[in-house]
Amino acid sequence: MQQSNAYIITFSVILTVILGLLLSGTSQVLGPMQKEAIALDKKKQILGAVISAEEIEAMTPAQINDYYSKRISSIVVDINGKEVTEDAGVPVTAETVDIAKNYKKPADQRLFPVFIFLGEGGSDDVESYIFPLYGAGLWDAIWGFIALDTDMNTVGGITLAHAGETPGLGARITEGGVQERYVGKKVFDESGKLVAVQMMKGEGKDYSDDPHKVDGMSGATITANGVNTMLKSYLGHYEAFIKEKSSSTAVAGL
Amino acid sequence: MSAETLEKAIEKKPAEALFSKRRKKLVTDPLIDENPITIQVLGICSALAVTTQMKPTLVMAISVIFVVAMSNFVISLMRNTIPSRVRIIVQLAVVATLVTLVSELLKAFAYDMYKELSVFVGLIITNCIVMGRLEAFALGNKPYDSVLDGLGSALGYSWIILAVAFFRELWGSGAVFGIPVFEYVSSIFGPDFKLATNGLMVSPVGAFIILGLIIWVQRTKTGYVEH
Repeated sequence: MQQSNAYIITFSVILTVILGLLLSGTSQVLGPMQKEAIALDKKKQILGAVISAEEIEAMTPAQINDYYSKRISSIVVDINGKEVTEDAGVPVTAETVDIAKNYKKPADQRLFPVFIFLGEGGSDDVESYIFPLYGAGLWDAIWGFIALDTDMNTVGGITLAHAGETPGLGARITEGGVQERYVGKKVFDESGKLVAVQMMKGEGKDYSDDPHKVDGMSGATITANGVNTMLKSYLGHYEAFIKEKSSSTAVAGL
Repeated sequence: MSAETLEKAIEKKPAEALFSKRRKKLVTDPLIDENPITIQVLGICSALAVTTQMKPTLVMAISVIFVVAMSNFVISLMRNTIPSRVRIIVQLAVVATLVTLVSELLKAFAYDMYKELSVFVGLIITNCIVMGRLEAFALGNKPYDSVLDGLGSALGYSWIILAVAFFRELWGSGAVFGIPVFEYVSSIFGPDFKLATNGLMVSPVGAFIILGLIIWVQRTKTGYVEH
């Protein structure tokens, strides 16, 4: 049966409208839930830098939100380490700063959120500072969060995530075993120069006596290089803030 | 077309049982004899990509079952109104809508799974099984039969990818559904004994090997030959 052109066009238009309405309706209904899911995921990633994945896994979404609001406080700073409270007249909070969008701007115009992990004691009892990371892997974006202890030098933990690294190779940066390699490493050398932590080429070597190197991932050197560049550049962006904090704790320590 | 004659045959005896022999065959045939992966070799791409672990594979399988059955149903309902000249694009629109629905639902209710599977869920659109069933069956058959046919094909796809995932996760990560089987087994034989995992299984190559073995075993048993 051969239909007329008018019939085909009418059919197509009606179908498009129905499917379009269906999809936009779904998106409207599910939108708030999706936003919540994304916010929760971000909190999980931030917490992942300071507590273990198993602990997070064991918590319900409500518990995570509760834990986050109790133990994490946050500020936003600029490249000079000065606190920023509003951006072009709009108040900013660390949770709403889009790292990926900021990544596209020149470094000195970006907003840099800092998440502060508090001890049980409350706001004066800082356990570590968590900084977001963002960069490029082999195929697509990689990002994460790194926690520095209060000496502003020792890595307390790191979470890494990726958009499209090769499964089994570069995608292994999300594995706990790989991320644990960073714990206890130092980001500044003895003279106070930022050297960050380098993931080396090849796998299976012992770098436990070198505070600035970690074992690599076999077959994923480009992803590892991406992680290295990301760490170095973002720690560099936060250097002013880090220096200020470490000098103030040094004074407090005297 | 054989599909048309089938339909005429149904019309003569309108009170066909809900699960008559013919209808059962619609579901069971694609499981082994007409399996979309091992016999028709369709949907290979996602069978390789998502099968490193059981859990995402299960989610993927459920998504495919939903999309195939529902798109078969919708297209079959519209089969007499779809203009034949634009039928492919109509099928594509319906499938794409269903896939987007699945993707949005995952994003809202299982965000971790969404992160892991988002690309592959999107690629269900291009899974040849979906369009293949629409063209070959749903366009010429009644809705209920089409749903059964879709279920059959999707289940045939599902059990194969689950089987592949089972072996890949077991040998590659030493676990099943995230339960560390290898650790338990190793601990039985004392502290020094450790079952090794094979990194090859985690990479897509592992899926090729497992899938090849499954196809080999199946074709040896059924005596199926490509013609």
